[in-house]
Amino acid sequence: MRKREIIKAQSPFGQSISVKNASLWYKDFQAIKNISMEIPEKHITAFIGPSGCGKSTLLKCFNRMNDLVEGCVVKGEFKIGDTDIYGKIDINELRKNVGMVFQKPNPFPMSIYDNIAYGPRTFGIHKRVALDEIVEGSLKQAAMWEELKDRLNKSALGLSGGQQQRLCIARALAVKPEIILMDEPTSALDPISTGKIEELCDNLKKTTTIVIVTHNMQQATRISDKTGFFLLGELIEYGDTEQIFTSPKDERTEKYITGRFG
Amino acid sequence: MSVRRAFEEELAELKAQLVEMCRITEGMIASAITALINRDRALGKSIGEMDKRVDEYELSIEKRCMRILLKQQPVAKDFRYVSTALKMITDIERFGDQASDIGELVYSMPEDNHIKKLNHIYMMGNLAVKMVRDSVNSFITGDKGLADNVIKSDDVMDALFVKVRDELVFLTVQNSANGERAIALMMIAKYLERIGDHAVNVAEWTKYNETGIHEKF
Repeated sequence: MRKREIIKAQSPFGQSISVKNASLWYKDFQAIKNISMEIPEKHITAFIGPSGCGKSTLLKCFNRMNDLVEGCVVKGEFKIGDTDIYGKIDINELRKNVGMVFQKPNPFPMSIYDNIAYGPRTFGIHKRVALDEIVEGSLKQAAMWEELKDRLNKSALGLSGGQQQRLCIARALAVKPEIILMDEPTSALDPISTGKIEELCDNLKKTTTIVIVTHNMQQATRISDKTGFFLLGELIEYGDTEQIFTSPKDERTEKYITGRFG
Repeated sequence: MSVRRAFEEELAELKAQLVEMCRITEGMIASAITALINRDRALGKSIGEMDKRVDEYELSIEKRCMRILLKQQPVAKDFRYVSTALKMITDIERFGDQASDIGELVYSMPEDNHIKKLNHIYMMGNLAVKMVRDSVNSFITGDKGLADNVIKSDDVMDALFVKVRDELVFLTVQNSANGERAIALMMIAKYLERIGDHAVNVAEWTKYNETGIHEKF
């Protein structure tokens, strides 16, 4: 079996996310209040809500990024597939399977090639042929191969903001994640770069589950299948995106998405 | 003015324009029936002039809706409201067209007595005016019950149409000389029946605006 296939085959996780009665505290402050939701596999799910509503906090629970925050206490059940991700698991394995893309592109200060090869190398793949294959495959998946194939050894920091962000997605794809979490991935990008990333998400959902936090209502409407609206740590409404944006059931959702909040 | 307030004012203006457009078409249908009953050819002829204003309203409302969609990208109830308005104006414009067509027929009909009493056509005319008024009012006031009443009224309209048709067929069979006038009256009855159908469309869109579900009845 090829190394790349080994990475995939070893994954103990699934692609759906199940949250039951989840709460989270940062010391005395409760950021998430008794949330339950089922996120389907191979769909794009958007989290929307005003700043400080808990949407990014919940997103970070899905690969336990909140473990790094001092005073953070998590209660409730978080499952990916059938695996309780707050149980006894290999955190590195979890984060390999649940990739993350942040608001600000964060390429490593190294070549484009090494950015993509970084993850596979940490998982023990060192043969050039295997890495070449992964780099090409990941960049093709991120629709960047044609524009970058002749400058793979150039620094990633020399790319435009939009290219850097797509490179970060390609980097996340290099370890074949089952799920990709995106925290406002296009908020710093121009409309063309935003369009490319949205297109990329739409293609990726054929194989990958995507959860995206966005403040852009039109973006949520354009690309997501499901939308959850959060307010003050609570999940107010969760449903099919078309239903949420044409006929929301909760008045608070209606007020927020139509800009009548407060 | 804040962007949000400007949006609210756009929606209020849109509502005012819809009310006015509808008021004109109601008046046109009522005038068409009056012209028919009184055999007032001049009044029949004048209805076409009023239709120009309806067409102007349609274009103006359509432009406003497009502008709102472009600039505000509305969602939820705002989206339903604007898309409903955009769909409704096509039906309201048809109210005007059909009233004009009736006016044209009245203008071209001979001035001597009608071949039959016009009780049922008169009833159809009054019902058409009521259905038009109620359908647009149901949208403006968000009254789903009123929209349901409009939808139910269409059965009454259809039954009246069948009566008129049967009477006209009978009169034509009795005396073929009645044929031309019978056809004119038949067309008028058909236009009124179609006005009822368009009012039902408006009522269905009202229900979509309120519930998010568009059903055909």
